Amino acid sequence: MIPPKFDYHAPGTVDEAIGLLQKNAGDAKVLAGGQSLLPLMKLRLAEPKMLIDISRIAKLSYIQEDPELLRVGAATKINDLNDSQVIRSRYPMLADAGAHIADPLVRNMGTVGGNVCHGDPGNDLPACMLAIGARYVVRGPKGDRTIAAKEFYRDTFVTALDPAEILTEVQIPKAQNGDGGAYMKMERKVGDFAIAAVAVHLRLDSKGTVTSAGIALTNVGPTVLMAGKAASSLVGHKPTDADFLAAGKLAAEAAQPASDMRGPAEFKKGIVQTLTRRALHLAWGRAGGKS
Amino acid sequence: MASTAIPRLTAGAPMGGPTRMVHITVNDVPFAIEVQDRTLLVHFLRDTLGMTGTHIGCDTTHCGACTVLLDDRPVKSCTVLAVQADGRKVRTVEGLESGGKLHPVQEGFTAEHGLQCGFCTPGMMMTSVALLAKNPNPTEDEIRHAISGNLCRCTGYMNIVKAIQHAAKASGGAK
Amino acid sequence: MTTTIHGGIGQSLARKEDARFIRGKGNYVDDIQLPGMLFLDFTRSPYAHAKITAIHPEKALKIPGVLAVITGKDLDAAKLAWMPTLMSDTQMVLPIDTVKFQGQEVVGIVADSRYSAADGAAAVEIDYEPLPVVTDPVKALLPDAPLVRPDKTKKSNHIWHWETGDKAGTDAALAKSDVVVHQDLYLPRLNVSSMETCGCVAQFDTMGRLTVWMTTQAPHAIRTVFALVAGLPEQNIRIISPDLGGGFGGKVPVYPGYVVAVVAALKTGHAVKWVEDRMDNLMSSSFARDYHISADIGATKDGKLTGLRVKTVADHGYADAAANPSKFPAGLFHIITGSYPFDKAFVEVDGVYTNKPPGGIAYRCSFRVTEAAFTIERLVDGIAHKLGMDPAEFRLKNFIPPESFPYKSALGWTYDSGNYAGALNLAMKMIDYPALRKEQVEKRKRGELMGIGISSFTEIVGAGPSAQFDILGIKMFEGCEIRIHPTGKVMARFGTKSQGQGHETTYSQILAEELGIPAENIAIEEGDTDTAPYGLGTYASRSTPTAGAAAVIAARKIREKAQKIAAHLLEVSPDDLEWKDYKFQVKGVPEKSKTMADVAFAAYTNPAPGTEAGLEAVDYYDPPNMTYPFGSYVCVVDIDKGTGQVNIRRFVAVDDCGTIINPMIVEGQIHGGLNMGLAPALYEQITYDENGNMRGNSFLDYLVPTAVESPHWETGKTTTPSPHHPIGAKGVGESPTVGAPAAIVNAVVDALSPLGVTNIDIPIYPWKVWQILHDKGQN
Ligand SMILES: Cc1cc2nc3c(=O)[nH]c(=O)nc-3n(C[C@H](O)[C@H](O)[C@H](O)COP(=O)(O)OP(=O)(O)OC[C@H]3O[C@@H](n4cnc5c(N)ncnc54)[C@H](O)[C@@H]3O)c2cc1C
Ligand code: FES
Ligand code: FES
Repeated sequence: MIPPKFDYHAPGTVDEAIGLLQKNAGDAKVLAGGQSLLPLMKLRLAEPKMLIDISRIAKLSYIQEDPELLRVGAATKINDLNDSQVIRSRYPMLADAGAHIADPLVRNMGTVGGNVCHGDPGNDLPACMLAIGARYVVRGPKGDRTIAAKEFYRDTFVTALDPAEILTEVQIPKAQNGDGGAYMKMERKVGDFAIAAVAVHLRLDSKGTVTSAGIALTNVGPTVLMAGKAASSLVGHKPTDADFLAAGKLAAEAAQPASDMRGPAEFKKGIVQTLTRRALHLAWGRAGGKS
Repeated sequence: MASTAIPRLTAGAPMGGPTRMVHITVNDVPFAIEVQDRTLLVHFLRDTLGMTGTHIGCDTTHCGACTVLLDDRPVKSCTVLAVQADGRKVRTVEGLESGGKLHPVQEGFTAEHGLQCGFCTPGMMMTSVALLAKNPNPTEDEIRHAISGNLCRCTGYMNIVKAIQHAAKASGGAK
Repeated sequence: MTTTIHGGIGQSLARKEDARFIRGKGNYVDDIQLPGMLFLDFTRSPYAHAKITAIHPEKALKIPGVLAVITGKDLDAAKLAWMPTLMSDTQMVLPIDTVKFQGQEVVGIVADSRYSAADGAAAVEIDYEPLPVVTDPVKALLPDAPLVRPDKTKKSNHIWHWETGDKAGTDAALAKSDVVVHQDLYLPRLNVSSMETCGCVAQFDTMGRLTVWMTTQAPHAIRTVFALVAGLPEQNIRIISPDLGGGFGGKVPVYPGYVVAVVAALKTGHAVKWVEDRMDNLMSSSFARDYHISADIGATKDGKLTGLRVKTVADHGYADAAANPSKFPAGLFHIITGSYPFDKAFVEVDGVYTNKPPGGIAYRCSFRVTEAAFTIERLVDGIAHKLGMDPAEFRLKNFIPPESFPYKSALGWTYDSGNYAGALNLAMKMIDYPALRKEQVEKRKRGELMGIGISSFTEIVGAGPSAQFDILGIKMFEGCEIRIHPTGKVMARFGTKSQGQGHETTYSQILAEELGIPAENIAIEEGDTDTAPYGLGTYASRSTPTAGAAAVIAARKIREKAQKIAAHLLEVSPDDLEWKDYKFQVKGVPEKSKTMADVAFAAYTNPAPGTEAGLEAVDYYDPPNMTYPFGSYVCVVDIDKGTGQVNIRRFVAVDDCGTIINPMIVEGQIHGGLNMGLAPALYEQITYDENGNMRGNSFLDYLVPTAVESPHWETGKTTTPSPHHPIGAKGVGESPTVGAPAAIVNAVVDALSPLGVTNIDIPIYPWKVWQILHDKGQN
């Protein structure tokens, strides 16, 4: 399988890249790690006339925690996310997800930015970003703007990104005491996209009451989905297994899966229910909750 | 059979479409070669450089037969453009043996019968080399996950796991 | 004290072939680069059944580097549009006017690089008129089904009917049985998915002599087929099978790509390379299985098996292109009575055409043996369950006892040797079966799902005796030619072809043992029809049973001559010598001896009077019988009720393949075979929608297991030599693929049996288990 012909550019700055995108509107695509784009091009399902490789732009790859935010540069490799001590110890949901994206080799090329920008409902990081309340910093011809992750996903492969915009950074609220998250994914085999996967994020007060919750679902709809009712059902409670089970049921109701080779829709809803309950238990434990 | 006149031909390296010069160091040897923008790294290695130890087993980035080290990290060279490797270091199976001495991973694969048809083997070994560099003493579970991007149809993976453990021990890991 | 020789039989000699593979110096077809070589690619059909109304190659021919296109009409002019299959059917090379399956090759594009060829393939425009499609073989047999092969005289999709056994007797035995279990089983289509796909490089030299480097498991048979089909003089064809990246049966057939590459090489005067993509391979290379089985098994109430009746619909796609060299259209399917002494059995199979790729092939087993073993081992479990008997106890009660070998089965096979209880008892001991059953009782009380599955299969390999096997009339013998050079070093050539089985090592070991020459001094060559003796190739675990035997006999022929030379050197009569401790010794005077190396030198420098110079021999071995390896597997699974996920906790495999030549290689073969037994049980299948669209035509959806899905296999062995093989070896590469699926499915059904479950279709995807649990209110 051979990609069709295209023109390749490797600009040194974000602005240069935006300039190229603007000049070649409709024909040009950003290339980050290429682990989503190149497979599509090899199958000739995507035929961009120009690729703009952003991997040579300095300072787009970093993981940095400051007083307000965790900042992840768009070009950060998924395996760098997985290897980061900060991520593993303080944002374990992202490490859970990162370890289940594709396979270890793909993760050495694939980037956080590519994973969240691709717009495939099967990508694993978007659900984490929704559950944890991330914002995306994007730069275009008119400068920077930030978009809440939950506003970003419009339809399958359709995002809020304008054609001449580039994602530069993902911003995540800094982890506090009483925060706990988890990502659980069921896959047909390692390296596969999810049958269904669930990201949950809980914040507990000092008494163990849930003060905020986020639940989002991977690959059970046209885009990543929020399970808002499931999340809000937990707020104000010191939850028990019965609450997690109930939240699981609500999450399953929020899912809109289609029957396909990964299984019938009803099954996928069942998996959402099971994984939500289990992920909530794990997140609850990580947040310091005691039952 | 419809045909155009058959011109004089050069080697089978990719031709046609925009091209550019790339500088890629393969197994410590620097190369400066004109490639098509769309040339995949695996074809650059196999067809342009004639280094056929790196194999192709699929179209969809699933099998890992094409695994090489790009700046010391294992990647699937069928899903990397040669131009993406410009200015970088590539290590392939041909670069494992040094000064007539096999790499411990190569020793391990032979000693433990970690290969049968040998088709997955170069990719499998490159992944193993990177794993041991990062984690000199991996558990069986860690090994199985580390090689989960490399398919093998012959061995059932048992002896590949043993081969990597063997190499770990030989390199001073796995006490 | 017994003397051993370096690399003799029974030693875990490190593999000779590894030296090149671990250095990236293997030589696979796609590694071959010839000056001026062109590339062939194909435009394929998006439809499963359609009339081709026009082909527009113009845009493709304008692409820089694209040199030529080849269509079915071009081939038809040379009478090459169709080719015969090994099953006396016909198959298209390229279609003249109708396509019969999705992914079928329609137009060949020849270009100066693989990139231009791919661009050309994408640019060819073809107009189609879709025709009605049938993909379900049962529906294909209905009177109003679309006709797949109107070119045939028989106006039906029914290809053949084949039956064997005692129909009336079996019906009567079942009618009289205290219990009968009926079970429908479907073994889905599979693709062998060797990591290397198929391909070739074809080249004519200036004298018009054709050389084809080809991914083939049977180079000689291919040469003869090419001679017969293309009318080329056979001495002008050279087939070279270089290193193969796995075969598993998928590299036995002749594929259209090979033929078109040869035509392209002829027309252009250049070497032409064709190498499939993985998707091409999944869509159009030969499949395995696709058997729809409906079976009844009977027993008395005290648990004695009485009869077995099996009816099967075999989906062959649009042509019966089975790579099956037996005289039986369903291959060796009638090994289906397995390890049990049925008095009465009856099997019938109907072959059917559908709009799917033609086949089928083995998938690491002898022809249709997995289908058979899976059926009998599932049914035996079913009837044990119905009788309320433990499945192990039931098997032990019914096995053909060791003292009845050679044993003639109800369906006509003569089993050479076996000790089935020995293997099962060892497997049960290794896994501690009683403890597992106890644990299961505890778990069931807590509502947890744990299952234990057994499979005690009997294989049939080593095709085969010429009475039952041939390819185009050529007997299924196997050849070995040995030359001992003056310095005592050996070159041996074979008609087989290793695809990873390690022939270079194993054959050396057999010869080391027989010739008394260390394995390191023996070179083995296979795969080049110009140099190797004729042979039918490697598949169906036949190499050790046939070529291994040929090696032994050829070596013994050499020993016979060598004895005369040794006698000459020692100035005694040949009768005064014995072959002992790997040398010729004067009987009773062991210090007076000559080694094979001494003899070899003399054979060229000082041959005995009246003997010719040189030390060579050839043998063509026609086996007197098949060999019947066997084994017992025990599998333990745990099921996650929340997800339906099946986790294989342990899997113990006890195999008996007779005499073992290299234990390390045998164990490796077993591991690999087990993985290819796991795959269809839990992961792999190829399906089609009603329009004939293939679902899952890449490794995204064709789920080859990774190291994470694969269990930590535990192996054990018993040794029951084959009485008719010169060294007692039986062949092993495929037993586990045959035996493992039933063990896994039996374990899952056992886990679910408290819920009243008696069967679950393979592959057992989590959603199927989840659905059952959901329907029973369990999650
Ligand atoms: C075999 C296989 C299995 C996979 N399995 C999974 C899986 O289980 N889960 C999962 O989540 N993913 C999976 N993937 C997809 C892949 O891992 C990620 O989607 C990939 O890492 C995306 O990152 P990338 O840098 O490679 O993106 P690219 O392929 O380079 O780009 C993807 C898309 O995002 C755009 N883009 C990239 N970066 C930016 C940016 N900074 N600004 C604007 N647009 C941008 C590109 O234009 C393109 O449209 C799999 C891929 C393969 C090949
Ligand atoms: S060739 Fe299969 S992953 Fe690269
Ligand atoms: S050794 Fe054959 S694929 Fe791994």
